[in-house]
Amino acid sequence: MADSNDNWYPRNFKRAYVWELPVRVFHWVNFLCIIVLSATGFLISDPPAILSNEDATSQYWFGIIRFTHFAAAYLFTAAIVMRLYWFFVGNQFARWSAYWPWTKEAIKNAKHVVWVDVMLLSKKEHRLEDLSIGHNSVAAFAYLMFFVLFFVMILTGFGLYAPTSEWWLPNMFAWVPSLLGGDFNTRIIHHGAMWLILIISIIHIYLVFYHEWLEGRGEVSSMFSGYKFIRAERMANTYRSPVKQESTKEVEQPAEFDPNDPC
Amino acid sequence: MAVTENSQKQETYYESIINQGYSRRDFMKFATFMAAYMGLETSSIAQVVKAMESTPRIPVIWEHFQECTCCSESFIRSDHPIVADVILDRVSLDYTLTLMAASGHQAEAAKHATMEKYKGEYILCVEGSIPMAEEGYCCIAGRSSLDILKEAAAGAKAIIAWGSCASNGCVQAAAPNPTKATPIHKIIKDKPIIRVPGCPPIGEVMAGVIMHVVAFGRLPELDRLGRPKAFYGKRVHDSCYRRPYYDAGLFAESFDDANAKEGYCLYKVGCRGPMTYNSCGSMRWNNGVSFPIQSGHGCIGCSEEEFWDNGPFYERLPNMTGFGIESTADQVGKVAAGVVGAGLVIHAIGANVMKRKELRDRINKGIKTEEQIQA
Repeated sequence: MADSNDNWYPRNFKRAYVWELPVRVFHWVNFLCIIVLSATGFLISDPPAILSNEDATSQYWFGIIRFTHFAAAYLFTAAIVMRLYWFFVGNQFARWSAYWPWTKEAIKNAKHVVWVDVMLLSKKEHRLEDLSIGHNSVAAFAYLMFFVLFFVMILTGFGLYAPTSEWWLPNMFAWVPSLLGGDFNTRIIHHGAMWLILIISIIHIYLVFYHEWLEGRGEVSSMFSGYKFIRAERMANTYRSPVKQESTKEVEQPAEFDPNDPC
Repeated sequence: MAVTENSQKQETYYESIINQGYSRRDFMKFATFMAAYMGLETSSIAQVVKAMESTPRIPVIWEHFQECTCCSESFIRSDHPIVADVILDRVSLDYTLTLMAASGHQAEAAKHATMEKYKGEYILCVEGSIPMAEEGYCCIAGRSSLDILKEAAAGAKAIIAWGSCASNGCVQAAAPNPTKATPIHKIIKDKPIIRVPGCPPIGEVMAGVIMHVVAFGRLPELDRLGRPKAFYGKRVHDSCYRRPYYDAGLFAESFDDANAKEGYCLYKVGCRGPMTYNSCGSMRWNNGVSFPIQSGHGCIGCSEEEFWDNGPFYERLPNMTGFGIESTADQVGKVAAGVVGAGLVIHAIGANVMKRKELRDRINKGIKTEEQIQA
């Protein structure tokens, strides 16, 4: 790793459009929904003790909490459906293939991430390809698990909601509680999956800050702007890059190019 | 009772009711009751009357296995006296351990006579679960429950699984389930089965189900789990008279809370109404006098699967097995989140220590760049 100031040279960073608008919209709708759904969910699961000398007829706060929960659930589901569509039409970082964990490259990258980012060790030799542009493959796998949990939430949630609704959409999920052994078990699974989502979210937020702090490539702002900053040298060697061959010549390699600096 | 009667010409329900000494007016009242129990419209009363006037009575064999007989008790207390009189006492019930006059070999002979004579026609009612662990549990007349059930089911037109034992396994199937108590639908696969869960089911529900089968000769409309939709289509919560308090967010905090008496919702003291499908809220118990929630106790979800294991009854969340006694999903979740949070703090500190060279280098380069910027 370059240590001294002697081999300093101006970095040539490129602005790469990584997260397209639908991906960012999905992210923030999801963010909002998870917060609203968890907050209302906790309230529904264990409502606060409220005393009132007013009649029940003139109050409806718990009904409103439940309505909010259901409305947010519809929004959440719509966002998931939109994202599922984007798995097939989005760019290389949004496509389903970016989340497929069982390729040779993905496993290689996962080993690198575990070594460098989880165990916090250093590598003697830096390979530019090791630094992911979209999700690294450990993160991609985590998001895949996120989606599994989202499906569990949608299935159990609409399954529990179905008997209170006449509409065909929630009633499509009416089979879920009977498969899981009744509303009781379904509710426990719904509740447990929420905890898992919250815990993975905490890890997610931490890792975003971690990458921002250690790499300084716009990890945090990328989910607002869509851009991440990539070193120009990286263009030719990007793993999963569709422009591998053509761009090799176009990219100017700075004279002081230091392949051992990862960022 | 059974053998001699069955050998005669088959009476219709109407005939047998009149022969019991009831008037036609009583019969019409009974038919109206039954139509209401079955969840039929007023316009269908005539159909019930017609069916009972023209249908020869269908023999019923009622088997008892691992159970407490609370289903039978509930049934004979159902609202209208003719139910017990007509269905149970004299007309149709050819074999039931609790109520038949015959005993020993005589009773067994009566049962076999019915099974042979009405092969493919009789209704088999089953009360209780089947022990699958060992043949020795719950033997009747020297034979295992499984053996008796299979024999009786072979010639049955349809099977009614009375109560939670026969439908879900109930208390006997609670962990660790030493007898491997198993509900009927997991053993008999080739017969239509109506599941009527509840511990016990409401007497009127039982009467409604069995009258539907015997009067119309077909099963009532069933839901996905094989329960009659007319009685198990809604949650107790949906027909509960305390429901407005739920929507208003007014909850009793404990049973000695004055608000519990006022009618506040029992949700927070563990009521299973929102998760239980039954008609307690609308039909109520003991001739419509009351039901548990009205009497001040939350629903324990007795008609739901595994209700006994999903305890304690007075908590919203069940205990989680494998995480120590009395830990709920929330407690496990809080601890897990805490452990993860602590792990992340350690990781963050570790990252700044382990990568200090890299970080320092990057900061220096950034400063250098900053110096190059023309003011």
